[in-house]
Amino acid sequence: MAAQLQFRDVTLGYDRHPAVHHLSGEVAAGALLAVVGPNGAGKSTLFRGLVGILKPLAGSILTGGLDVRDIAYLPQSVDIDRSFPISVYDFVGTGLWRVTGFFGGMGKGAREKIAHALAAVGLNGFENRPIGTLSGGQMQRMLFARVLLQDARLIVLDEPFNAIDAKTSADLLDLVRRWHAEGRTVLAALHDMELVRAHFPETLLLARGEVAWGPTAEVLTAENLLEARRMCEAFDDSAPACAVDDLPSRAA
Amino acid sequence: MIHDALIAPFTEFEFMRRALAAVIALSLGGAPIGVFLMLRRMSLVGDAMAHAILPGAAIGFLLSGLNLFAMTTGGLIAGFAVAILAGVVARSTGQKEDASLASFYLVSLALGVTIVSIKGTNIDLLHVLFGNILAMDDATLLVIAVNATITLLVLAVIFRPLVIESVDPVFLRTVSRAGAPSHLLFLALVVINLVNGFQALGTLLAVGLMILPAGIARFWSRDITGMICLAVLSAMFSGYAGLVLSFQTKIPSGPAIILVAAALYVGSVLFGNVGGLFRQLFPGRHLEA
Repeated sequence: MAAQLQFRDVTLGYDRHPAVHHLSGEVAAGALLAVVGPNGAGKSTLFRGLVGILKPLAGSILTGGLDVRDIAYLPQSVDIDRSFPISVYDFVGTGLWRVTGFFGGMGKGAREKIAHALAAVGLNGFENRPIGTLSGGQMQRMLFARVLLQDARLIVLDEPFNAIDAKTSADLLDLVRRWHAEGRTVLAALHDMELVRAHFPETLLLARGEVAWGPTAEVLTAENLLEARRMCEAFDDSAPACAVDDLPSRAA
Repeated sequence: MIHDALIAPFTEFEFMRRALAAVIALSLGGAPIGVFLMLRRMSLVGDAMAHAILPGAAIGFLLSGLNLFAMTTGGLIAGFAVAILAGVVARSTGQKEDASLASFYLVSLALGVTIVSIKGTNIDLLHVLFGNILAMDDATLLVIAVNATITLLVLAVIFRPLVIESVDPVFLRTVSRAGAPSHLLFLALVVINLVNGFQALGTLLAVGLMILPAGIARFWSRDITGMICLAVLSAMFSGYAGLVLSFQTKIPSGPAIILVAAALYVGSVLFGNVGGLFRQLFPGRHLEA
């Protein structure tokens, strides 16, 4: 199948320090890819670069002509102002942005879509609740409902099942599988190896650079995981400028 | 008797009618802006902007005397410059907006004071500082009405991105590039309404008719539409009651209007439906589910 995403020797980071270092590779259209790695491995940074919030320090990320509106992004530590006076219904409705834009009215079709999305994540009856009254799991369900409405070709989920109980994770995982079945490309950063092994055909093991990328069973081996864990987390303030040719992972 | 106290001032005196019209227009434009300032945690930004436009107004005054158009233009230029510079610096460098705004408004204030002390006298500047809602001529009323109209129209255009950016800025950034422009437009609206207010209330109190009504509304409504409506209504009521109060007593009109709003605010803090103190002290028995 054609590549949906191409990472071309991409380096992403903050203040010149790389958090993702010289990553290259392709994600096929319709892939269901788990991105795995220790804390600080660059998973979130990679996603931020992917959705265009963070500009690469070097290299490029090609999204195969996808418009920003074709990408749905569920960040990890959501910067949501939960004290803002907005109802669950209106909040989820913002997922229809690509249809409604600035002014488009919420017609009957739109209202039905919102009702369906809320039903799909099990939030019927929560329509008029202010978002500040939701629990952590309900909040995550609501965010999934918005992703559902965004109807995006590429869906990027950053640790979507963190601090979520088993029932909620199972429900939300069903949605992820449904998106996969619909032919959408789904990337998810995850920590639960059992879950990855059971449900994600393809895995990228990241530790600043790529440790392994391919079929999940081949990637999540004991040696690979150990190598990923050896990654040094701290930035070196006095690190010299990167000379690609000297990079050990390339030489190896 | 009641008629004499509450209605007669407006039927008998044209300057009172003009003042009432001005305060209604100010409420329509300023109160919704105040609600957004509050929800975006920018209440003090309004205050800082009020300081930032002061030198612009003073320069306009020095160049062409007590001409409200010149003062308005000067205030708009100074305010826009500060707002846009602060916004651009915050967005392009990651410095928090409050820090960049504080820096730029202090620069603006210092420049203004310098210019005034080199070139001017400060007698009529009292008028700029404290305003005079009882001296509204046709031109000033028209400026205020036009500004209020512009505010409502622009706010309608940027309402959706503004709400989404307030509640989930990352989401807006991933679906649209409207975030930064609508934020800058919003800052421009803040400036326009401050300039609007200082003709009537003075630079120092102009922000009062924006922030206090928003604070009041927050204690009575849980959704943004309700808040905006309540803020507009309480601003209008404060304006009307303040004018009556100032007519019947020796209190100057500007402070009278803000004092009425302040009284409403204190009442709301104490007895408000949503998070008011009284409600918290005596919440009633807890519910079944």
